[in-house]
Amino acid sequence: MPSLQDLRRRVRAVKNMRQITKAMKMVAAARLRRAQERVTAARPYTTKMMQILGDAARRAPELRDPLLTGHQREAGELGAGNKERVILAVVTADKGLCGAFNTNLLKATQDFLRQNADKEVELVLIGRKAADFFRRRPVNTRREHLGITGSGKVSAADATRIGQALVEDYKSTETPVDRVYLLYSEFKSALSQQPVIEQLLPIGRIETAETASETLVDYVYEQPAAQIFSELLPKLIENQIYHALLESVASELGSRMTAMDSATKNAGEVVDKLTLTMNRVRQAKITREIIEVVSGAEAL
Amino acid sequence: MADKLNLEVITPERLVLREAVDEVVIPGLGGELGILPEHTPLISQLQTGILVYRKGAERQQMHVSGGFAEVGPDRVSVLSDVAEKPEEIDAERAQRARERAEKRLSSRGEDTDFQRAELKLQRALIRIQLADKG
Repeated sequence: MPSLQDLRRRVRAVKNMRQITKAMKMVAAARLRRAQERVTAARPYTTKMMQILGDAARRAPELRDPLLTGHQREAGELGAGNKERVILAVVTADKGLCGAFNTNLLKATQDFLRQNADKEVELVLIGRKAADFFRRRPVNTRREHLGITGSGKVSAADATRIGQALVEDYKSTETPVDRVYLLYSEFKSALSQQPVIEQLLPIGRIETAETASETLVDYVYEQPAAQIFSELLPKLIENQIYHALLESVASELGSRMTAMDSATKNAGEVVDKLTLTMNRVRQAKITREIIEVVSGAEAL
Repeated sequence: MADKLNLEVITPERLVLREAVDEVVIPGLGGELGILPEHTPLISQLQTGILVYRKGAERQQMHVSGGFAEVGPDRVSVLSDVAEKPEEIDAERAQRARERAEKRLSSRGEDTDFQRAELKLQRALIRIQLADKG
């Protein structure tokens, strides 16, 4: 049986912990709201860009940009010994204490590596947690981007930097990459986040699903449509990455909020249980003392 | 017949401006483009420069860098990487950026990325120009 003193100390310790987890939960909740606002604020840009891109694509349907259709490989170039090259960009958090958030993403990464064991996969790690995890494992890491989501604020400039580097990798003449994937956590709700893998490059088809009334405006192009097109494609990638980063931050905060909420609840339960034991121990001590006094008096 | 232009300035991060204006001058890649209501639909790339918009007799300026503009009869949508109003510009920071960029351009090292330094210098100069007026 622990002594009364020990129990008191433990109750105090758990109460302190509860205070911290509670504070973390509230901070996460406040930041989550801002993160969601940021996701909404980024939407007009994406919509507009897709609209211009869709129009340019319609204007020049014969456009062949490697970013769009993939590299034109000679037959047989992908023969024996020449494996397909793939880059997987993984977005994790910089910090922990957010439940299974990072674990889920890292698991998804390892699943991807297993499924694509026949290809040459390189990783681009965004977020300290992914970097720490894979540093001691036998994987090919191409690049690490650290400290981007740490403050809870993502700047579009960071996304641009990551995007430009990926496009360069993809276009590289020495070691062209065939496909680029992006793995990040999709924000469904504060309670549910889902790791998703998207193919970034090649882009494939541009979806032209606008409203019918706006479809056929006869734009005058100041620059050739092809030039605008090739200028826009990398921007599309950058925007996708920016979006993924925002979603990831929102997911992280949502995950942290739930994790800290249950931690706070658990701490509360522990406090209750400990308090009960403590009271019992105290009562037992009092009873023992009374018995001692009574039996002492009887002995006289 | 539209007599106003709906000007929208959008960056990847947010909608910077949405206002009904009478005239817009955008820094197109091939030179400045003055837009009045009922303009032909047009799409143009932008360069780093100053976007001017007029509402009645009141003229406002804004720094934009890169991106696109889409013009319709009653609207101008500007998609830019950077968009700042004069009051949002940190003049001191721009001054420092200018000095850095100039130093980099004059040092002519092996691995200097001239294009990037040049772009930075251009941005800094425009920021300074705008901040001085504002």
